[in-house]
Amino acid sequence: MNWFFQFMNSSVGKKITMATTGLLLCLYLVIHLFGNLFLYAGPEAFNLYVERLSSLKPLVRVIEVILTLIFVFHIWNALRLTLANRRSSGEISYTEYQAHEVSALSSRFMGVTGSILFIFLVVHLQTIWYTFQTHHQEGQFYAVVTGNQVGFGNPVYAVFYLIAMFLLGFHLKHGFQSAFQTFGIRYNKYGKLIEAIAVIFWLIIPATFATIPIYFGFLKGGF
Amino acid sequence: MKVTLKVWRQKNGSTPGQFVSYEVDQVSEDMSFFEMLDMLNNSLVRKGEEPISFDHDCREGICGTCGLMINGRAHGPLKGVTTCQLHMRSFSDGDTIVVEPWRARAFPVIRDLIVDRTAFDRIMEAGGYISVRTGGAPDANAIPISKKAADAAFDSAACIGCGACVATCKNSSAMLFTAAKVSQFAVLPQGQVERKERVLNMVAQMDAEGFGACTNTGACEAECPKEISLVNIARLNREFLRASLAG
Amino acid sequence: MMKFDAHIPDGPLAEKWTQHKFNLKLVNPANKRKYTIIVVGTGLAGASAAATLAELGYNILAFSYHESPRRAHSIAAQGGINAAKNYPNDGDSIFRLFYDTIKGGDYRAREANVYRLAEVSNNIIDQCVAQGIPFAREYGGLLDNRSFGGAQVSRTFYAKGQTGQQLLLGAYSALVRQMHAGKVKFHPRHDMLDLVVVDGRARGIITRNLVTGEITAHVADAVILATGGYANVFYLSTNAMASNATASWRAHKRGAAFANPCYTQIHPTCIPVSSEHQSKLTLMSESLRNDGRVWVPKNPGDTRAPNDIPEEDRDYYLERIYPSFGNLVPRDVASRRAKAVCDEGRGVGATGKAVYLDFADVIQRNGRQWVEDKYGNLFDMYQQITGENPYEVPMRIYPAPHYTMGGLWVDYNLMSTIPGLFVLGEANFSDHGANRLGASALMQGLADGYFVIPYTIGGYLAQKPHDSLDTSHEEFTKARKGVEDSLKRLLSIQGDEPVEELHKRLGRILWDYVGMSRNRKGLETALKEIPALREEFWKKARIPGREDEFNPELEKASRVADFMELAELMAQDALHREESCGAHFREEYQTEENEAKRDDEHFAYSANWEFVEVGKPEILHKEELVFENVQLTTRSYK
Ligand SMILES: Cc1cc2nc3c(=O)[nH]c(=O)nc-3n(C[C@H](O)[C@H](O)[C@H](O)COP(=O)(O)OP(=O)(O)OC[C@H]3O[C@@H](n4cnc5c(N)ncnc54)[C@H](O)[C@@H]3O)c2cc1C
Ligand code: HEM
Ligand code: SF4
Ligand code: FES
Repeated sequence: MNWFFQFMNSSVGKKITMATTGLLLCLYLVIHLFGNLFLYAGPEAFNLYVERLSSLKPLVRVIEVILTLIFVFHIWNALRLTLANRRSSGEISYTEYQAHEVSALSSRFMGVTGSILFIFLVVHLQTIWYTFQTHHQEGQFYAVVTGNQVGFGNPVYAVFYLIAMFLLGFHLKHGFQSAFQTFGIRYNKYGKLIEAIAVIFWLIIPATFATIPIYFGFLKGGF
Repeated sequence: MKVTLKVWRQKNGSTPGQFVSYEVDQVSEDMSFFEMLDMLNNSLVRKGEEPISFDHDCREGICGTCGLMINGRAHGPLKGVTTCQLHMRSFSDGDTIVVEPWRARAFPVIRDLIVDRTAFDRIMEAGGYISVRTGGAPDANAIPISKKAADAAFDSAACIGCGACVATCKNSSAMLFTAAKVSQFAVLPQGQVERKERVLNMVAQMDAEGFGACTNTGACEAECPKEISLVNIARLNREFLRASLAG
Repeated sequence: MMKFDAHIPDGPLAEKWTQHKFNLKLVNPANKRKYTIIVVGTGLAGASAAATLAELGYNILAFSYHESPRRAHSIAAQGGINAAKNYPNDGDSIFRLFYDTIKGGDYRAREANVYRLAEVSNNIIDQCVAQGIPFAREYGGLLDNRSFGGAQVSRTFYAKGQTGQQLLLGAYSALVRQMHAGKVKFHPRHDMLDLVVVDGRARGIITRNLVTGEITAHVADAVILATGGYANVFYLSTNAMASNATASWRAHKRGAAFANPCYTQIHPTCIPVSSEHQSKLTLMSESLRNDGRVWVPKNPGDTRAPNDIPEEDRDYYLERIYPSFGNLVPRDVASRRAKAVCDEGRGVGATGKAVYLDFADVIQRNGRQWVEDKYGNLFDMYQQITGENPYEVPMRIYPAPHYTMGGLWVDYNLMSTIPGLFVLGEANFSDHGANRLGASALMQGLADGYFVIPYTIGGYLAQKPHDSLDTSHEEFTKARKGVEDSLKRLLSIQGDEPVEELHKRLGRILWDYVGMSRNRKGLETALKEIPALREEFWKKARIPGREDEFNPELEKASRVADFMELAELMAQDALHREESCGAHFREEYQTEENEAKRDDEHFAYSANWEFVEVGKPEILHKEELVFENVQLTTRSYK
């Protein structure tokens, strides 16, 4: 096990942990989006979908625990990586530093975008997930999501959701490709393929998520 | 032309430093940046002041000794050149030019614009070699090496160890430097025997020196005077993963 | 009286080295651990020597004023390294490499040394490839060769235009491996300022830590100098800014003879001086002369832009004078001719001190892309420095000091006239005679370090049991005190002229009188002006700061002080050598066609100088050169 801790604590190991957890989260995004799209199929379909999910309770719980662990790992690792890197930069920073000339904005703000995503996550869990758990009996999930309490009918939530999706896209603009660079498979013959898939993840998926508050809040909710 | 320099002055590693402004007149376009500094220094010497210390030697972009942060860019505004290759025609009359040393925890300031980069040597010591004894080598043409591999090895080996990659990186990561050496040997048949230990030991030393972890921002590649590519970092990651997982 | 026994082994030329290696006494492995060897300089020669000796088991203390061995001036070599591998099967052999080198040096080098150099050249390539040096290869995976000046075979191995870099990084990797193993203790940013001689043997050095200013004595059983050449005595040269003669010169003052100081090579293709502020000159690889055509206007004072000068008003002087070699004549000839046309007032550019190197023909013939593929990086470098586009206007080039064949005298074992002091690489005088061929310096540095010194130093140490001398010995305290005093003396001058300005003035005297071509009158003038300037230096120099801190001006001053003394010896040597040979061209001794005229009857010797006192003429000792295997002929390139 010694090698394992050495690996986890090395700079490259930390990177690989970042990439692994990040990509697993991306995978989760796909599944999550798949569920959300049921909203467009109407109240019955969506409610039925959530019911079905709930009936697989033990499995869902296991997945939730794993997911939580991945998040915790991603965040904890991000934190120690960011802190360690800040320490490496030394005490005095440049008076003049033209960062924008040499690197992309998204790559420099992973900590910031990630942290706001974290806040979003807490709010999101507290509102939707928690409400789902406690109001489970009623089976009115669609109403919760589109309603004006904690749902997209509430302009504050809708706008916050939109911002979060924008930041998610931004996070993944750098993150997705970066993960493959970390695994060392970005510059070989798969490079072009990865670039194409990256667009799905940083643009299409967050954008599709974003259509939901737009549709249910701005268009249908009519605020 | 006339320029104003804002230069970091620091007596030694244990005293704090500060910026000092200098006006330099009669600068010609054909002068190199260093010749402009030489001229300023000579005028300081004449006045009995201490000249500005900066590292340089070959002045043709190969020894890797020079390296200044000029207006927030490592080695100045141009791509693919070292500080010593920078000429004053890249600036205009009346410019204010901010000159700072490389900043990173692993590169402590020795004086003014000079930093200590011996951490790079220690990374090399940890594995930047192929263990051959002098005299015991087989004929040079005994193992054919594809032109592609030889060229790739050369591209990696072109690193001059200047430290611009560290200087420009927001994480002060030495990944590009380390990766270039790991890559050079990873693509050559001669490097295979020690391949695993090499990458593990060099990365461990890089971490121990206090360099940060790479977050793939790509600033190093953009500022590297020898245009060492990020492919090297990808390869280092792969080598590291492989070496860590394989037994 | 100094002894000049070169210790050349007996026997036929081709067997001397093998026989000698067998005859040398060996140090047994257990005893090697007891010996400490100091290696000053970690360029190609020093790094390869330190690594190899450490591998053998000796304890090595290595020193360099650089922050890392990888910064040594060897890194800048562009073109390549020779070896007699005969891979292209074009008729090369050890004897041919030996012959070309002796002839290229205009018969002023020792046969046995040069033959050994050719003999071990092949091992160097094997060694370097095993270290992972990425030499250029052909599509079949085998090593590629290119041709170089002064040879009719392709024997030059190269790694793009960065051969020196790759070779040095190879030697550096061997060195760091031994540092890691604890066998080499490397002292970065340490300047050697004196040699310590105890009971007639070299036993240590005095160094100054450039960061803290601390002066320290180091003791060892033998001392190796691999401190490079002294072309920077000219101020403007292709050498790195810090290259200097201090280590050699201080050893010389301690009794090591200095051989042939006047043999300095002026390289024909460098970017010309553009202004008073110029700090160094940049080499444009000799390979450019393969495709570029050298010319100047026919008429003095023709100030038209180069592209406006019609063919009939151009003088392609190398092609005109040397129809068979054309633009590819050896370095010394090309340099001298360039100077001659500029002296006639036909030079070009703002200063009139340049000639054109024109690629218009080859661009028209093979296309711009072809030229870009072959020379792209050099063209970029040129444009970077001059701001002119060489694809559109011809390059301007001019000769510049580049390499020094002279250096500390060594015998066949590379030992100087001080027992226990060995000298390797450009710092010694051994293999290139009066002129060095391209791609041979890298070969010599690595031959000395990897393959010669590891044997010969054993022969010396085996005769001398290890003892427990330490730095409390009075010679060490005296030397230390001497160094401290000389630094104090420099700091006490308190004049008002920057050291650099004084160095520039010294360079100008040398360039004018001890440069590409020399004559009695000029040399006599130099012998007056140099001591006068030296005196001025000691009155007028201004060196700020203190000795116990990082002080680059003090470093510079201490080096320039030595140049001021060495320069005088160069002029003395050039004046005494009343012949023209290789890079040493005395105007009085030339043929009717203005070619160098050797005088083998009177000057077939190396001139070895013994230091007396600053300002006093040095004493000449001759080592006669005996040629048993080659016939002395006159070089002709017509
Ligand atoms: C631009 C250029 C291109 C060249 N191209 C070629 C080529 O293509 N092929 C070829 O064969 N040759 C070439 N040469 C020549 C060749 O590069 C040199 O002759 C050779 O590299 C010298 O190696 P060295 O080890 O003797 O010395 P150097 O590499 O000069 O090393 C000297 C070492 O000594 C140290 N040192 C010196 N003095 C002291 C002191 N007092 N205290 C402590 N340390 C000290 C330095 O720090 C350094 O480590 C070229 C030279 C130049 C200038
Ligand atoms: C759904 C949510 C998230 C997804 C899909 C996701 C995905 C990713 C991916 C793919 C990477 C790239 C890994 C690499 O560079 O190798 C990454 C990096 C990162 N993530 Fe997240 N992440 C998410 C949430 C978060 C959160 C909540 C944080 C917060 C604190 C965070 C902080 C970071 C940081 C700091 C990095 C940068 C690491 C680096 O620069 O290399 N992420 N993320
Ligand atoms: S990788 Fe590039 S920037 Fe970094 S040390 Fe090497 S040459 Fe300099
Ligand atoms: S001084 Fe050598 S690279 Fe700039």
